[in-house]
Parts: sequence; C-alpha cells; structure tokens
Amino acid sequence: MNIFNKIANKIHIEQDKSGNRQIVQLTYFFTLLFLVLVAYVFIVVYRDSDEIINNSYNKRESLYAAKTVRGSITTDNGEILAYTDVSGGNERRVYPYGRLFAHSVGYNTKGKAGIESIANFRLLNSNILFTERIYNDLNGNKNPGDSVVTSLNLKAQYAAYEALGNRKGAVVLMDANNGYILAMVSKPDFDPNEIDYIWDEITNQEENSILLNRATQGLYPPGSTFKILTALEYIKENKNIDNYEFECKGSFEYRGTRINCFHGTAHGDIDFDKSFAKSCNSSFANITTKLSKESFKNTCEELLFNEEMPSPLLINKRSSFNVKESFVPINSKSSVDELMQTGIGQGRTEVTPYHMCLMSAAIANEGVLMNPIIVKEIETAYGDHIESCSVRPYKRLLSYDDSVKVKELMREVVTDGTGTALNNGNGYIAYGKTGSAEFSSNKSESHAWFTGFAEGDNGSKVAISVIVEGGGSGGQVAGPVAKAVFDAYYN
Amino acid sequence: MDIVFITISKYIITFIMALYAFACFNIFRHKTEHERKYIYFRQNIYMIIIYSLSFMVLVIKYKDVKYLIFYCVSLASLITIIVLTRIIYKRANKLITNNMCMLLSVGFIIISRLSFEKAVRQYLIVMLSVIVTSFIPYIITKGPFFSKLKWTYAILGLVALACVLIFSVATNGAKISFTILGVTFQPSEIVKLLFVFAIASFFAKAEGIKDLIVITIISALHVLILVISKDLGGAVILFIVYLCVMYVATCNVLYLTSGLIICSIGSIIGYKLFSHVRVRVNAFIDPFDCIDNAGYQIAQSLFAICSGGLFGMGLSEGMPKTIPVVAADFIYSAISEEFGTIFSACTILICISCFVMFMNIAMKFDNHFYKYVAVGLGILYIFQVFLTVGGVTKFIPLTGVTLPLVSYGGTSVLVTVIMFSIIQGLYIGRE
Repeated sequence: MNIFNKIANKIHIEQDKSGNRQIVQLTYFFTLLFLVLVAYVFIVVYRDSDEIINNSYNKRESLYAAKTVRGSITTDNGEILAYTDVSGGNERRVYPYGRLFAHSVGYNTKGKAGIESIANFRLLNSNILFTERIYNDLNGNKNPGDSVVTSLNLKAQYAAYEALGNRKGAVVLMDANNGYILAMVSKPDFDPNEIDYIWDEITNQEENSILLNRATQGLYPPGSTFKILTALEYIKENKNIDNYEFECKGSFEYRGTRINCFHGTAHGDIDFDKSFAKSCNSSFANITTKLSKESFKNTCEELLFNEEMPSPLLINKRSSFNVKESFVPINSKSSVDELMQTGIGQGRTEVTPYHMCLMSAAIANEGVLMNPIIVKEIETAYGDHIESCSVRPYKRLLSYDDSVKVKELMREVVTDGTGTALNNGNGYIAYGKTGSAEFSSNKSESHAWFTGFAEGDNGSKVAISVIVEGGGSGGQVAGPVAKAVFDAYYN
Repeated sequence: MDIVFITISKYIITFIMALYAFACFNIFRHKTEHERKYIYFRQNIYMIIIYSLSFMVLVIKYKDVKYLIFYCVSLASLITIIVLTRIIYKRANKLITNNMCMLLSVGFIIISRLSFEKAVRQYLIVMLSVIVTSFIPYIITKGPFFSKLKWTYAILGLVALACVLIFSVATNGAKISFTILGVTFQPSEIVKLLFVFAIASFFAKAEGIKDLIVITIISALHVLILVISKDLGGAVILFIVYLCVMYVATCNVLYLTSGLIICSIGSIIGYKLFSHVRVRVNAFIDPFDCIDNAGYQIAQSLFAICSGGLFGMGLSEGMPKTIPVVAADFIYSAISEEFGTIFSACTILICISCFVMFMNIAMKFDNHFYKYVAVGLGILYIFQVFLTVGGVTKFIPLTGVTLPLVSYGGTSVLVTVIMFSIIQGLYIGRE
C-alpha cells in the first residue's frame, strides 16, 4: 500500500507547469525527424536511383528513350560491342562484331536479351554533368546514355566462336580468381544487327532454338563430367583413396543394373586416379554403390545442384541473366539403378554449361566460387567512372583439401587420360574432365563435354566448360575447343 | 517547342517553390505583422506563378480548354479564400491560410494531371469544406462549452468507430469507409478530430492518477478498435497524439518513454499476430523481392521518385499512373516524379512550417484545453504527413495514409480544412 502511494505521489499530474518546454521539445523532435526523412530521400535519389530504376517492372522505358540516346556496351579493352548510331536522324542499334556476341550482349528490339536486357535502364540513363543535362534539356537535345563495360574478352570469345564452328553447343570461360565471365558463346547464333528482318525466320525454326542462350539456359545430361562430383563424394567419405582397386572388364553389373564403359572398352586393373583419368564407367558405377545417398545429395547441393544458381550480375542485385537451375535426382529414396546411372552422369541429371564452368572455377580457386560478374563497370558517355561491380566470394563449394585432391585427378586426365588434347599448353597448365553424354536411345549419339581450368604462368586461373551437341567423344571433340580458347587467351 | 516550354517551366517552378518554402520559415524571424506583410504577399505571388505555369503546361500538353476553365475558376476561388479570410477574420493567421491554399493548389495541379474528373470533384469538396468550415473560427472563439463535452467526444468517437467496424465494407484491405450519395466517407478520419477534443478536455480537467487511467482506457479503446478494423495507420496516429498530449499535460518523461516502450511491444505483437502487418513490413524491408504482389506499390513509387530526380521529368512528362492509388496515398510520389525531389521536399517544408505555427499557437495559451487541442491537432497533422511521405519513400513501412490537403480524398480534405479552421479560431480568439 505504501509503495502504491509513493508511486501515486510521484506520478501526480502537475497542472501548474505550463508544458511549453515540452511543446518546444516535440516541435524540435518532429522537425528533426523530417530533416532526416528529407535527407534520406535525397540520398536515395542521388545515390541509389540508377540501381532502383533498372528493373523490368519499371514501365518508363519509352520515357527514358525519348530523353536519352542508348549508351554503348564495350569490353574492358575498349572494343565497342554495341552502340547507337544517330547519324541520319534515325537511331539505329549497331553491333560491330555481329554474330560473335549474339547471345552474351543480346539484342534490343523484338524484346531484349543478354546484357542489353539486364542493363537496359542503365544504358538509358545519363550521368553526364548536371549542367550539361540542363543545357541539353533546354535545347531539346538528347543526353548520351551511360556505357556498360563488360568483362568479356574479345580474343577468348573469338577463339571459342571459331572453335565451335558450325556445330551446335556452348562455351563459357570465367576468371576463377575474380568471377569475371570472359567468354560466353552459344550456337547456332544470329546477327543481332538483322534481328528485325530475320525474327520470323529464326523463331520459326523451333528445333534449332537459335535465340536460346545454351550457355545459361541449355540443360544437358552431364555425362562423365559428373564423375567430378562422384569422385569428390568418394574422397570425402574415404580417407585413403589410394587403396581403391578395381578390375574393369568393359562392364559392371550390380543388383540387376548393367553399366557399360564408353564403346565397351575394358580398362583392366585400375586404381582410383586411373578410373577418373580414363573415365571408367564400370569403376565409377562400383564406387557409386559404396556411397551414402544422403551425403552424396548434400555434396551435390553444396555444388549448386537443385538450387538457385548465382547469376552473372549487373551491379544491380536485381537484374541478372536468366539462368536455369541444374537438377540431380539423388535422395535417400533413390534406387540403386538411379544412383549408378547418376554416378556416371547418365539418367535424369541435367546441368547447364554455365554451372559446369562455375564448379571448375571453384575447384581452381581452392574451393571458393567467386561471384560471377559480366558487367564490370558503368561509365558516363565520356568514360568517367560511375560504379564498379565489386569482386567478392559467392560461396565455398568444397574444402581446400578436397579441391587439391580433385585438382590432382583433373590434372591426370590431361596428362594421362581422356583429355590429352590439352597437354603441352603453351604458357599454361590445363586441368579438366571430359564427358560423352548419351542423350538418346541410340547409344552412338552423345554430347561432347569438357570442363576444367588452366593455370597461367602469371598466376591467373581461368575455368571453362564446352559442350558440342551430338559431337561424340568429349576428349576428341570438346577438348580441342577448350585448348583453342586457352591458347588464344594465354597468347 | 512544347517540350522546351515544359522544361523551362520545370526549373522555374522548382526555383519559385524553393523561394516559397524559404519564406515559410523567414516569417518566424520577423516579429511584427507589419514586417511580415510583404512576405505574405510574396507568397501569394509565388503561388499564383506556380499555379499559372503548371496549368499552362497542362493546356499546351493536352490542348483542352477545360484545363483553362478549371484553372481560372480554381485560382479565383483560392484567391477569394485568401482575401475573404483577411476581410472577415482580421486577426487570422495569414501563414496558415497561405500554406493551406498552397498545398491545395499543389494538389489541384497534380490531380488535374492525373485525372480531370477527380480534380473537379476535389475542387467541389474543397469549396464545400471551406464554406462549411468558414464559421468554425467564429464558433471556437465564442464557445467555452467545447471544453465541457469530454464524454460526448469520447462516446461519439467510440460509437462511430464501432459502427464502422460492424457495418462497413473493407476497401483496399485496411481502409474503412461507407458511401453516401456517391461520396465516400471514412469515419475514422472524423474520429481523429473528436479524439483530439476528447483527450484535450479530459487532460484539461485531470487532477490525479485516476483521471489519467480513464483517459488511457478511452485512448486504448480507440486504438484497439482501429487495430481490429485493420486501420493500422489510424491506430498509430491516435496513439502518438495521445502520447504527445499526455507528455505536454503531465510534463513527465517517464510516461512518454513507457508509452513508447508499450508502442514497440505492441508493434511486435501486431507483427506476430496479423498477417497483413507482416506483409507490409516484408514489403518495406525488400519491396523488389516481392514485387509481384506486396512490394508492387512501393517499387512503383520508388521508380517514380527516382525517375524524377532532383528537378522532375516535367509536368505531364512522367508516368505516375503506373502507381496504384496514386491520387490518394501515393500523391507524393507523383509530385516527386513530375516536379522533382527538390519541389516535393519543399512541400514537406511547407507542412513543417504549418506544424511549427500550430505549436507556436499552442504555447501562447494559458487555457489548458485550447493548448492541448492545438498540440493534438499539430501532432495529428504532422504525424500523418510523416506516415505518408515516409511510407511511399520506403523510410518506414507503408500504412496507407493520405497527404493532408494535397491527396485526393473527400474526408481527408474536409477533416484537414476543419483542423486548420479550428487552429485559426484558436489564434483569432487569443488574448
């Protein structure tokens, strides 16, 4: 009771005070609150607006286009990949390299694709000097839009483009140290300069899917390249892989499932390293039967299967390439048959060339995948710096120790296995894994895969993935494509 | 040629708006009405220039004579309001009248650009409100009985809210309204005024802890009904008004802090309890992540504000109609897109200058009831501005509140005009 009275006395309402001091405090408080709010709005408008408006939900494209000449897309070395030609009164989008960058740079009429799509509003925005913009406004001139500097490398892109030739397929090349995408080629292709005239023709050829960027959206069975994951899982579960022995007779049978080696080749007595280097299906089917399903599933997911893929970003976190998710059918309920097929890269597993390249990049970079970047920088039309995409790790996909072991396995593929086409590289050492993925009931038809990386004498590390649709043997068809790209990049 | 005129006018309008906003605060440096006279006059000129330039743009752009007619009629009406107020109420506060007309004219401009029919309707509502409220200053000065009706305010307010809760149809998920003769009413808007009068009269007579508990219970009931009606913006506004008036009345920081603590606990409970609160908060944290549904409005609002930049796209040159309910809740974004952020920031400054004037008037009173009414109305006004501007700029979660006097909306305009008239009445009736 006593305490209650005390409190009651304390909180007695004091009618004698005027309360004016409190009113002044409230006035100051709310005025300050609004000053913070106004400052916040100015900061958003000044600093974040370029990033915010670059969003496909923004419907103001025609407004920006009326006030701005769409900016250029260039490489780091200053080669212009796309620009808007205003001579003759009409605006025309020009792609000086034509087909070479068709899928990576994309196109701007008839919808949008590639960098033209992800950087759409950045190209339609002008960050030239404020006073010059007012001057242009008053004179009814358009402002020159900002330029986008890509990470693409002309030499590597050209080599990949030439090496694929007329075959269907894709090549992705990425700098494993910083995540820069150096080349991205998809075939068949088209000339973006002609897109308005050839649109009906190319969209009618459904079986070719010319507009599809196979590098990021083509889902293929991984074939023997998936043995990288099977081998990694075996390394994780078994401390001493040197004890492994297997006698390959050209096929392997387990609980009613029969796995054949490529072309039925019998590899004889082989250890773990040789199984990988020679890409022995029988031996890997045998390895797969010894693995824990649950743990194998987790390893696959750590290497980005069955989940959202990190997309090559623009500076804006919102705007990114449309990248398909890869799929692997392993779970605790998988049948032995499913598991054995998956372990050698056949069955229902699907992967994009882009994902393949990311896995190799992580192995090359001691297990850490760097955030993929395709737009390095945004500049004003006069080349003044506005913003850069920061180089940062995306995620650790595998431990350092595991990455070293997998790397050794991938080296032996090149020195003494299916990937000898890449041996004796000039100025670099190559690592990799080949694959020949059967995609139809006709066993003779297969996609040729190669994925791996090269370590340059200067310490640079570039990861690659190559697929040639229906190309046949990975080592004989995809390997030389990878070599051509490495050679071009390192010379 | 059109575009050059629109561009030039955009810079001139921004510049003059800045001059107007500066004048709003420059007033406070001068003590005598004689000195202030010229500033008031200049403000009127600024307003007329902005209004005329804007409507010239609309007439040129849309090539329709109806804009010209609307311009002549509405400008004449605004000038009449200013002149008549001076003639009828010689002691009236001219800054408040000027600011009210300035905010109304900004509203007319942007609403005409968005939808001419809405602008005409807004104009009619404004005129009706001004005529109806023109005698309020007179009544306030003559009526000492206002402070004696404390239970009437409280019960009226609660009954109105309860009725709405029972009978109404929910529009837009949160706002409660009913329609009479084609005009949509939101009783919760009018209840806000009753609430200020209720707590002002209770606090004016309060003597001890018992009275404080009674006031708290009444306020809590108001807030609770609004929360159940899903009108969270209204609930928060009333709670803040209650806290601030209590702080002024009791001069006790302890109450204020404990009230704020209760407010934070309440918001956490609200977040856990109501899915629509969670949706709003998530849309606030990352509108682009849920741009397909909850984040759509805020994302579109941010596109508009960012597209506008400092000087705007130019009147009629933007795309503010991409924002849902742009004429009501998102009018600030539309202003920012077409007139630019400098202009819209000046609009906020005008609101602050009204608020500072309200609080100044409150301080002049020894009569507690009048003092608390002025404080309550001031907080009611400025906090509403804060909720709407903060919400559409992603500074705070969106609550779906209108910008008083600028936004399109019948009840909101009526209530704000009443609010300004009451303050005028208090000012005129000062000793």
